[in-house]
Amino acid sequence: MTIHRGRGFASINYPIGMNLGGDPSQALVHSNPGGKFMVALSSIDLGQGMKSVTRQIAAETLGVPVEDVYVDTADSDTGPHCMGSFASRGTHRVGNAVIQAAQEARAVMLEAAAEELEVDPADLVTDGKGNIHVKGAPSKSITTAEACGAAQFKQGRTVSGRGIFLIPLSEVDPETGEMTPVSCFAHAALIVDIDVDDETGEIDVVEMNSAYELGRALNPRLVEQQLVGGAWMGLSHAAWETTEPYYPERSHGPLDFNTYLMPGPGDIASHHISILERPAPDGPYGGKGPGEMCANPVLPAMVNAVFNAVGVRIDELPITPEKILRGIRANGGAQPQGRRG
Amino acid sequence: MTIEFRKEYFADERDDNLNEIGKPTQRQDALGHVTGRSPFFDDHLFDGLLHIRCVRSPHHHARIRRIDTSEAERMPGVVRIITGRDVPQNLNTLLSLLDFGIDDEPLLSEKKVSYKGEPVAAVVAESERAARDAVAKVRVDWEELPAVFDVEEAVKPGAPVVNDIYPGNLFIYHGKYDHQKLRFGDVEAGFRQADQVIEGRYQMSPIEQAPTETCGAIAAPETNDRYVVYTSTQALFFSLDTTSKLLKTPSNRLHFIGGTVGGGFGGKVDSLHEPLAVLGTMLTGRPCKYIFDREEEMQVGAPRGAERWYIRDGVMNDGRIVARKFIGYFDSGAYTRLSSYAIIKGVGHLPGPYTIPNVYADVYCVFTNRTPATAMRGFGITGVDFAIEAHMDKVAHAVNMDPIELRILNAYRDGDMKAHRRLAKNTALIECCQVAAEKAQWPISQKARQASSLREGGGERAKIPNFTAIDQNGLVTGFTAGNYARKAKRSEPAAPQSLPTQTPRHDSVPVAPRYEQPVRPQHQPAASAPPPPAPPAQTASDARRTRFSSISGLRRR
Repeated sequence: MTIHRGRGFASINYPIGMNLGGDPSQALVHSNPGGKFMVALSSIDLGQGMKSVTRQIAAETLGVPVEDVYVDTADSDTGPHCMGSFASRGTHRVGNAVIQAAQEARAVMLEAAAEELEVDPADLVTDGKGNIHVKGAPSKSITTAEACGAAQFKQGRTVSGRGIFLIPLSEVDPETGEMTPVSCFAHAALIVDIDVDDETGEIDVVEMNSAYELGRALNPRLVEQQLVGGAWMGLSHAAWETTEPYYPERSHGPLDFNTYLMPGPGDIASHHISILERPAPDGPYGGKGPGEMCANPVLPAMVNAVFNAVGVRIDELPITPEKILRGIRANGGAQPQGRRG
Repeated sequence: MTIEFRKEYFADERDDNLNEIGKPTQRQDALGHVTGRSPFFDDHLFDGLLHIRCVRSPHHHARIRRIDTSEAERMPGVVRIITGRDVPQNLNTLLSLLDFGIDDEPLLSEKKVSYKGEPVAAVVAESERAARDAVAKVRVDWEELPAVFDVEEAVKPGAPVVNDIYPGNLFIYHGKYDHQKLRFGDVEAGFRQADQVIEGRYQMSPIEQAPTETCGAIAAPETNDRYVVYTSTQALFFSLDTTSKLLKTPSNRLHFIGGTVGGGFGGKVDSLHEPLAVLGTMLTGRPCKYIFDREEEMQVGAPRGAERWYIRDGVMNDGRIVARKFIGYFDSGAYTRLSSYAIIKGVGHLPGPYTIPNVYADVYCVFTNRTPATAMRGFGITGVDFAIEAHMDKVAHAVNMDPIELRILNAYRDGDMKAHRRLAKNTALIECCQVAAEKAQWPISQKARQASSLREGGGERAKIPNFTAIDQNGLVTGFTAGNYARKAKRSEPAAPQSLPTQTPRHDSVPVAPRYEQPVRPQHQPAASAPPPPAPPAQTASDARRTRFSSISGLRRR
């Protein structure tokens, strides 16, 4: 029995947002008289952080502290239309809708402040800490709470805004496939190191090193949670999970988590991640969307690592010890391909 | 486990001095989640809640001769048994909301089942236990039919017809072809020019989204003749509009509440639970819960479907890929759900993040006798990325080149023309390759280290090939295009009758786009492209048939 170390590489890009466009999302933003803002959406927080990222986008655009904003989602009576949280569209589409709504609300807030300060609204800036002041004259200032209160009780203005983001639907040519699928792409490259046991066919994932380019990381901790979890899902897809182990035969389908295999804590490899941020021209503050694409490079990198370790090509997922052993036998023994790095 | 932000890359394209963006702010819902107090749909309690369980097919493919519910109805705790007759509009396809595809799936099947687990009746009972006991007492007289499970078997002549709407077991694109085409340049000429031709076959396995919280919904009567629905959906208005359509109920009588969901990964778009929960409430006047148990989530809830890909690459000995051809099969299972659409997404993604002068793809959406597939993380892309990147490794091996250097050599760069005929921008594949190599101490050449996504793109690489080989393989007749995503100035007549859905059409929303207009090169029709065929004359059999629209909606006449 020999343990063979193998390294595999894969690089990918990923289309952000619903394919072909035509998928609007809306947002409504309003303040109460105390200058606290509510963002109403119909988007779904699946655990990915939809509420948090839209909250930060709203606060940034309004120019108020993030604590002054809460996001309410999803109630169809109060939240305006959204296509949903799928296709890496949440941050990109909803984020842009929130920016538009927040810009409109901010403009009213600044008009109210200008009236109170008796200045031109175009001369006003926000400090992001709850104050509005004249550009270059910080002493001539008013709090966002005072401005919103004046709007409500003295001036009769609604500090509110509406937003929608829609990329119009693209056509598709039946003959050539010419189309405008999406407007921006995320990128990734990943290297996985594994050990393959040529007696049992078992794999031990030793380490992953990766670089992900996601546009601007709007919240670095949310990005981290996506990438760590997503790469785990890719690992699981590559070498553990399937609903039909003998596909296309339908037998032996797992019915619960006892028989549906997934990597446990002892199977998780350490994963070292570098994040690159090339802002998307049409993304909210340049953001793209890390959620979906982070699993994709792991699958091919794993099969490429198996080949590097023992010279067996696994072209049918998942990678199983049986497939590895059959491949080794067909080759007349393990054929390590040489170390890389 | 380490995370680093490489701010030196693309620094001149960012303003890093923002107040809230880029900050590691704690999640708004963190406290509720970690203390177990965030309300999920199943945390909403109702007095007199009824429970729905479905009677499911034990066969992969069978005709339903008769459903006998009489014994089940007498079981203790049973309030109502729902069958297909009770569903006001018992045929739907999810993307009809986008005018994409034709209704092909019943909520509760009446005539036949096409996958194991397909629901044919629903028991509404005072407890889940009572519902389960009554489900066991529903007698269905089945006539088992031959089934087909392999995508390439399913498209052969004489294969069992899985879905009567699509007699060839293939979704029809643009009212015209039984697959989606991608044609860019001439791959056959590219293969002749190449030093080597490298082929591969790849099989992507089906997997389960496996959310912690299984799919479900609770419906209850609300005041003023409305219904409130707490749901785990990933797409609130998808589920609301689907329910509105199936139950023929105006959308403003439905009040959907969700937004906090215990994992989705694509598996909570299908909107199976909301319509049945609301229907149960309509029929009983009481709150109803319909939720998958784990076994249903695993085998009845739609998985990520399997995909099979064949790739053929023409490669020069220096590693340049000059032609790449794909034949792809998506296993959609018994019904369309979202696979047809994922294929267009996948085709727009080909040939992966590389600039290749000749690209060809035929991708088929195939119906088989298994659980319908649906969206999952990376939908339309994960499977073909597996195939492409496993294939790239074979190409590197064949030309004796470092796998990372092969990627960098072929990587797309800003300004390159992509196979879907739009220019690449905002690219960063090369930089990702370089950083990953550096982190893992995988040595690559100085030339590869110095490459950049910002340089050496465009120019000749921005050009659409002078000649693109066009064909009419897979042409179908008897269908006509509608107007969803139709190529402009195409001469097929629109379907003559009204749309299948009452929801507004998205192409009529008058909103100014706030995005950079894509560079749109002139489309160059190949000399060999014949004029579109005239619509076929109406025949007796046509009258019964469905009509396909563009991407492709099918319409019943």
